[in-house]
Amino acid sequence: MAMIRQCAIYGKGGIGKSTTTQNLVAGLAAEGKKVMIVGCDPKADSTRLILHAKAQSTIMQMAADAGTVEDLELDDVLKVGYGGIRCVESGGPEPGVGCAGRGVITAINFLEEEGAYEEDLDFVFYDVLGDVVCGGFAMPIRENKAQEIYIVVSGEMMAMYAANNIAKGICKYATSGKVRLAGLICNSRKTDREAELIEALAERLGTHMIHFVPRDNVVQRAEIRRMTVIEYDPTAKQADEYRELARKIVENKKLVIPKPLTMDELEDLLLEFGILDEEDESIVGKTAAAEAKLAAA
Amino acid sequence: MTMNRQETEQLIQEVLEVYPEATGKQRAKHLMANDPSLEKSNKCIVANKKALPGVMTARGCAYAGAKGVVWGPVKDVLNISHGPVGCGQFSRAGRRNYVTGYSGVNIFNDINFTSDFQEKDVVFGGDKKLAKIITELDGLFPLAKGVTIQSECPIGLIGDDIEAVAKKSAKDIGKVVVPVRCEGFRGVSQSLGHHVANDSLRDWVLHGRDDDQSFASTPYDVAITGDYNIGGDAWSTRILLEQIGLRVIAQWSGDGSIPEMQTTRHAKLNLLHCYRSMNYISRHMEEKYGIPWLEYNFFGPTKIAESLRQIAAFFDDTIKENAERVIAEYRPTMDALIAKYRPRLEGKRVLLFVGGLRPRHIIGAYEDLGMEVIGAGYEFAHNDDYDRTFKELQDGALIYDDATSFELESFVERLKPDLIGSGIKEKYVFHKMGIPFRQMHSWDYSGPYHGYDGFAIFARDMDMTINNPCWQKLKAPWQRAQAEPLSAAA
Repeated sequence: MAMIRQCAIYGKGGIGKSTTTQNLVAGLAAEGKKVMIVGCDPKADSTRLILHAKAQSTIMQMAADAGTVEDLELDDVLKVGYGGIRCVESGGPEPGVGCAGRGVITAINFLEEEGAYEEDLDFVFYDVLGDVVCGGFAMPIRENKAQEIYIVVSGEMMAMYAANNIAKGICKYATSGKVRLAGLICNSRKTDREAELIEALAERLGTHMIHFVPRDNVVQRAEIRRMTVIEYDPTAKQADEYRELARKIVENKKLVIPKPLTMDELEDLLLEFGILDEEDESIVGKTAAAEAKLAAA
Repeated sequence: MTMNRQETEQLIQEVLEVYPEATGKQRAKHLMANDPSLEKSNKCIVANKKALPGVMTARGCAYAGAKGVVWGPVKDVLNISHGPVGCGQFSRAGRRNYVTGYSGVNIFNDINFTSDFQEKDVVFGGDKKLAKIITELDGLFPLAKGVTIQSECPIGLIGDDIEAVAKKSAKDIGKVVVPVRCEGFRGVSQSLGHHVANDSLRDWVLHGRDDDQSFASTPYDVAITGDYNIGGDAWSTRILLEQIGLRVIAQWSGDGSIPEMQTTRHAKLNLLHCYRSMNYISRHMEEKYGIPWLEYNFFGPTKIAESLRQIAAFFDDTIKENAERVIAEYRPTMDALIAKYRPRLEGKRVLLFVGGLRPRHIIGAYEDLGMEVIGAGYEFAHNDDYDRTFKELQDGALIYDDATSFELESFVERLKPDLIGSGIKEKYVFHKMGIPFRQMHSWDYSGPYHGYDGFAIFARDMDMTINNPCWQKLKAPWQRAQAEPLSAAA
């Protein structure tokens, strides 16, 4: 049996990680790859397009109902959807209570102990909540788990800040293990010179923009039907894009320890592309009243 | 005989030499030779600082201070250890805080109530479970006067809103419900837990009957604070206060109760035994209700007489006369005791390492028996405790703050005391070194030691420990000196 390739998808909240993951995984499945998606987000929306479900029952919710996680069997939590894709959701608390990070840790430990990774799999994809806020959300990139990290990003400033921060997180684990940055996936927001900008960012980080996914309303139309584009309309142009992304990931050999940018370097890059205006030091800390007085003088 | 200051400082230097440089530099600040003329300790000793990694400290945690020390002895509350099961189970009924009542009916100290956290509680939060536990407990134990929520570490990490649960549950069950934020990782020792528990009493309990005027108070009402009734200490204290004509209206917190705590505001004087753990609430009651507080010491007849006179001085002549009468009444008994034990204990040298009060408070009791305290140290004292220690100890005596096990063992090897008074963690190490040892947290399952009655037990215990024939049997016959004939040793 070939090594299972384990990949984690990170990126700023709302950037389209779950949508991108499920569409590209559908692309892999269409090529005959055997894939598992592990949702690592208390919102549990990482598998709905594969399962046509509102939200899959999560490991943590079922553990809570059953008593403890030890009371669960793998079959209870593992659902199979489109293209034979196996789906699990770690689950977690409502916002504001409990510890979502511990939920991810518990869920992944459970999957390991139950042998979820021993199946005949080609790929595992972890779809991880927004930023790496605590140890729990770094669980997928610890030793013996995901070794390829893909960061979903767009030409928006905050998305790029987040991508750079995630690169910093990867460095921390890269030095002690084999986790590597495998590329940036640009999920287009149709900002100016977006592809060029992300390519430049990727180059500075020492990686590559593995694919530029254009914006297309068919994604939303498919989502309303709780489907991936590939399943909803395999002839759509966007379906080709996701298949292309899937193909590139299969062939991807460029795994690097990223070189995160300093704040100044990142701002310089944004300045270069006209996303950030030159900072005017003279106005820092000036109130509207003070400025008005200055103008009057 | 005690070493002089130079000799003690010399000893400290020799012990420090073993440490790596940085550690030695830090530990040096926690060790000193006593100078009884000192008033303030802050320039001579560093206290209440985080223990260094790698040393073996005897300290506990904030939960130990709050649940174990302050709240644990309150007899009519259900102390819920909120978190995984271990903290509650291993601190259950361990401190021998005696209470009167029927277990599970109107007293609950010996039962471990816990929310028994599982993974799911960490992930989803434990507040709903907690609310349910409180309701269930109220149904199971209707005579309980309240519930406390003692936070274990995970609670502080996952952010369970125990204050909100407390407020709502208090309304639902119509009783006091107290959230105690004593997560173990807070602070440097159990000392912060005492403070946190005091604050929880202040904010959630103390004022509960401020609008109730039905309590018939007298000019002789006092409260005992900082006595946890270990082995019955508060009872042998209370007897004496009653004999001099005072009325004890509350005990904090040994054999104490919520209604007593809420009527403490009627006291004319708060009598504070353990300053370290209850000075906070005593100061608060002084500010809020104008109740003065007095530190006293009921270890050994000398200190007891001194304290009884100080207490009586707050009241009228009747009480003062009563105090003199009581002291005189006990004198023959005490004289007889001392006549019996002093010849057996005279000149014996003692090394103490206890919590935050006893290393200074109990010195007088040893001295009453002709014994000598040559070294004293605290696990979790603050500088105000050392201020109070200097004048109790002899010049040149060794003082150690948060002593490491290496330091204690080294001091003992060098000083060869006749008796060590410390805790269960130290006991068997020193037994193996062949040195008589008494547990001075738990009174070694004996007690009480407070008051005149307690002194009789204290004197007997010290004698039977030091003069136990077992210490003569530690060497096998062939290891004994040639000069010592077998028949004599047998």
